[in-house]
Amino acid sequence: MKLIIAYIQPHKLEDVKAALVKAEVGKMSVTNSLGCGEQMGYEESYRGIRFEVNLLKKVRLEIAVNEDYVSRAIEAIISAARTGEIGDGKIFILDLVDCIRIRTGAHGSQAIG
Amino acid sequence: MNKNDILQRFGKKMVVLILFLSIGGLLRADEEAAIKASDIKIGMDTMWVMLTAFLVFFMNLGFAAVESGFARAKNCVNIMSKNFVVFAVSSLGFLILGWGLMFGDGVGLIGLKGLFFAGGTDNSPAIGDAYQGVYSAISWTGVPLWAKFFFQLVFCGTAATIVSGAVAERIKYQSFIVFSFVMAMLIYPVVGHWVWGGGWLAKMGMFDFAGSTVVHCVGGWAALAGVIILGPRIGKFSNGQIKSIPGHNLSLAAVGTFVLWFGWFGFNPGSTMAADPVVISHVAVTTNLAAAAAIMSATLMSYLLLGKPDLGMTLNGCLAGLVAITAPCAFVGVGSALVIGLIAGALVVLSVMMFDRLRLDDPVGALSVHLVNGVFGTICVGLFAQDKMTGTTTGNGLFFGGGLSLLKAQLAGVIIVGAFVFLMSMVAWVIIRAVMGLRVSREEEMRGLDIGEHGNEAYSGFQVFSSM
Repeated sequence: MKLIIAYIQPHKLEDVKAALVKAEVGKMSVTNSLGCGEQMGYEESYRGIRFEVNLLKKVRLEIAVNEDYVSRAIEAIISAARTGEIGDGKIFILDLVDCIRIRTGAHGSQAIG
Repeated sequence: MNKNDILQRFGKKMVVLILFLSIGGLLRADEEAAIKASDIKIGMDTMWVMLTAFLVFFMNLGFAAVESGFARAKNCVNIMSKNFVVFAVSSLGFLILGWGLMFGDGVGLIGLKGLFFAGGTDNSPAIGDAYQGVYSAISWTGVPLWAKFFFQLVFCGTAATIVSGAVAERIKYQSFIVFSFVMAMLIYPVVGHWVWGGGWLAKMGMFDFAGSTVVHCVGGWAALAGVIILGPRIGKFSNGQIKSIPGHNLSLAAVGTFVLWFGWFGFNPGSTMAADPVVISHVAVTTNLAAAAAIMSATLMSYLLLGKPDLGMTLNGCLAGLVAITAPCAFVGVGSALVIGLIAGALVVLSVMMFDRLRLDDPVGALSVHLVNGVFGTICVGLFAQDKMTGTTTGNGLFFGGGLSLLKAQLAGVIIVGAFVFLMSMVAWVIIRAVMGLRVSREEEMRGLDIGEHGNEAYSGFQVFSSM
């Protein structure tokens, strides 16, 4: 079992979700986040004072998958989120020790569904 | 001679002199009393005109709140800026040229005298035959020139700000400012001249009490031209589907709609430009009833067509009823106002859905509220008018035995104004696009116009969740 954490551009969320659903990976958790990397910040100003904004808005996806779904989930995310520009995002893959469904108490691969 | 002789010789003359002086004194007192009465009338009329003008000014807050509420958070600063600047532009443009073109004596097409800075000769508040000046079209109202100017100015501001909602979230700030100048100085005043400035549509028998055509259709047609030439927001129509881009603050939108409803009690009853008790009471009631009826029918339509009473539709419904009653409010009965409102509410829901299907992206429903119902309201005069309902001789509308003549005049007005405003606006938009560009870049639209156009954030410190 693996936990996929993907940081993508906010406006790519709809496309990525649709691609994941198509790849039969329909369960995920989505949160807001701020992040920085190679992408440059931008300038804002407030009543005469300029300041740099370096933390940019991103969307974070967390998806728990069974082994045989890992590669198609990653392919779906990449194909939908890639624009070729700096700032497309990153994907991290972690080993998942266990997954429990609260409603039924099921453990492991069954709980991931 | 002794005292008695003097009295005898001069007595009669003294009595005549005393009588003469006292009668003269009495006459003078009557004259002064007569002057006071007309002063009071001028005072009350002016108070009324100014107070209602302040209410219409307040509608700018309503528009700002509605547009901002229906838009996404990342564009709020831009929307607020547009609403602020458009009234400033209207104030300047209407002063520089708009007033003169609209109300100056001239030909059927435009005013020609007293064009600039409302500087023509004028002896307002004199009215009727006593009026001497170059703004005779508006010499029927007995208030000072600047009262007339200020009242008409806030109407011009309303027409200009209608456009800002329809073009929101993707138009360049400077392009909008330039277009607003064209609206305030040329497009609005010319149409205003045709209907209210003694121009040819009025002579043709067209009636528009408070501006369903002059204000709302003018704003609506200009907005339509803008929507067409701008194109939809990114993500609104994708993969052949219509996507919803929800507003970020429906509370604000509802507050704004309340403010607009309140302001409309200046817009419609104020258009008497006189503290005429019968007319202003009648107009306030017809105005309110149309809004109430439209709210109910829009909510019902939303239930029937969409399954649930969508607040956005209810709010648009309220505004639609108000726009629709704006032309006929003084010419129709209370029952007719109810019917007009009911139809307007249904009409706006259908229009919103229609414009989406036509792939015309209107973030706030400005086209459905102002254009469609502006046209409908103008036509309603031809259908529901009852002669001398509050004093004006309009003849009867179709439903009250007047035949087709009034309706034909109204229809002709709708078509002529539509063609003129749409064409002129298109020309203006095309020129603006060629000179300075019209639409922001894709990156800017995604990041939000607040950053791109203004370098500000509306909700700094908040994490705004927007995937579009």
